[in-house]
Amino acid sequence: MKPALRVLSAGLSTTVQDAGRYGFQRLGVSLAGALDPVSLRVANLLAGNPENTGTLEALYVGPSFAVEADDVRLAFAGADAAIEIYANADAGRGDKLTPMRSARVRRGQVIRIGSLKKSASLYIAVEGGFDIAPVLGSVSTDSRGMIGGWNGRALADGDVLPLKRAAASERDEFRIDGLQLAAPRRFRAVLGPQNDYFSTGEIERFFCHEYTVSAESNRMGLQLEGTPIHHRHGFNIVSDAIATGSIQVPGSGQPIVLLADHQTTGGYPKIATVISADLPALGRLAIGSKIGFTPITMDEAATARRQLSATLDAIPGKLVRMPTAAMDAAQLLACNLISGVHDAAA
Amino acid sequence: MLEYKVLPAGDTALVVEFGDRIDRSLSAAVLSLARNLDTEQIAGIVETVPTFRSLMVHYEPLVLPASALMAKIDEQIKKLTAREIIGRMWRLPVCYDPGFAIDLDDVAQRAALSRQRVVELHSGQIYHVYMLGFLPGQAYMGEVAAELALDRRATPRTKIPAGSLAIAARISCVFPLETPCGWHVIGRCPIPLWDRARATALLAPADKVTFVPVSVREYETLVTRAAQGILRIEPVSDCVEAVA
Repeated sequence: MKPALRVLSAGLSTTVQDAGRYGFQRLGVSLAGALDPVSLRVANLLAGNPENTGTLEALYVGPSFAVEADDVRLAFAGADAAIEIYANADAGRGDKLTPMRSARVRRGQVIRIGSLKKSASLYIAVEGGFDIAPVLGSVSTDSRGMIGGWNGRALADGDVLPLKRAAASERDEFRIDGLQLAAPRRFRAVLGPQNDYFSTGEIERFFCHEYTVSAESNRMGLQLEGTPIHHRHGFNIVSDAIATGSIQVPGSGQPIVLLADHQTTGGYPKIATVISADLPALGRLAIGSKIGFTPITMDEAATARRQLSATLDAIPGKLVRMPTAAMDAAQLLACNLISGVHDAAA
Repeated sequence: MLEYKVLPAGDTALVVEFGDRIDRSLSAAVLSLARNLDTEQIAGIVETVPTFRSLMVHYEPLVLPASALMAKIDEQIKKLTAREIIGRMWRLPVCYDPGFAIDLDDVAQRAALSRQRVVELHSGQIYHVYMLGFLPGQAYMGEVAAELALDRRATPRTKIPAGSLAIAARISCVFPLETPCGWHVIGRCPIPLWDRARATALLAPADKVTFVPVSVREYETLVTRAAQGILRIEPVSDCVEAVA
């Protein structure tokens, strides 16, 4: 039988994501990709994968799945979540695992992930990755365009995700320490491309306001609620291309921050664009978060991008080998089971 | 030299804007610049996205800083000629039967024309593909006859079927996937504009398209053949383009 993870419960919105599908926006193909590419990278590092390997991205409520492989190494990064490993699908109690670490889980064991905290997104990497063919160079799921990932859609109960590796490699587990992945309250943005659709006063108001991330938000964009921003002369522009992080203001005056699944083109003025260094943190914002925007210059944005790049380069140095003595939950559970079998046989 | 503006869209993309209207000469400039930048294969340019009147250039600022990119763009624009790039010519079958064309009567009424006249006006036109966007393979084509120019519907539909041919203002689109839509649906095209299996788009910017009315029966035959993968769709070779 092909090594796989069987989805017992898909969670709220769980999709396969890597760094995204670049180079095809001119065909109308959205970028997709991880909302929080920093956590994507961390999950892959912990699992021992190339940093942009396709992982599962869970939003708000995690999935549950059973291991149908000799064993599999999983790694979790991003949100805080109650992760539990059960001996099987019927076991009443499981062993808790914290995110930001790898763990080896054996055949028949079940991983249950509950509600996510501190971030909206959690990345679940498997060592070796999923055995899913890339489409246009990426395994990311574009649900709107029905491209890539698992049949072009979010996971559903009963899906069986094939794994590339039949078993985990023999090695110690890793955790990562001292990495701050919380979402900030303020996001840095550069003006444009259509800031001329707003008066100076309205632009000032936009940067002073606090906005609440509304329940209408999804992977296409964060819908914000707050004091409406007024346009100077109408809100229709001849459709042009959209960059991730751009903040468009439709007729309602309630801004929308465009995320990974945004459509490639659109017809609303964009007052400002969140800088690339702050995009990963945008992907951590949960519904109800209160946020604001700070205007910065292009030079400051370039400095921030260099800083993020340096931070990313330093992440492998933060990996900590977990001493085998502190046996992980999965191993402990496996030992208990084996001794249980022994007792019964005696 | 062509006039243009450069607008920042964050720190990894910028917009080269030639104007603020849908216009063939602006489209010619956009598509020529896109082609030239792609041909140059400039290190640091990630991808370019042409639209009606502007070109978005995605770039890596740590390889190619914005100022250096702007200098490259300026250099390319100085070399642009106003000549329109001529793409391929396509004849796309469309079934205008009211069973598919759910807004045909409404459009006819608003335009004070007969249903037949609406079909004649829509199909009797060579359209220019300005851009692809919104959905994979979705081509924005113009110009729809002035008599048929209508604003979008006041209330968008939550769903229209894949293949729906719709109009709004002077633009016509075939929507390749089921989607919410505020445009006026006046027909259905049996040819998939997005090939899911191969992940390819049939049309490209600068292509020219005419729509050929077909019966429900012909439509169904074409859909069946497309589903069986035995439909060969090729551009018309003897394209004589009436230059705008």
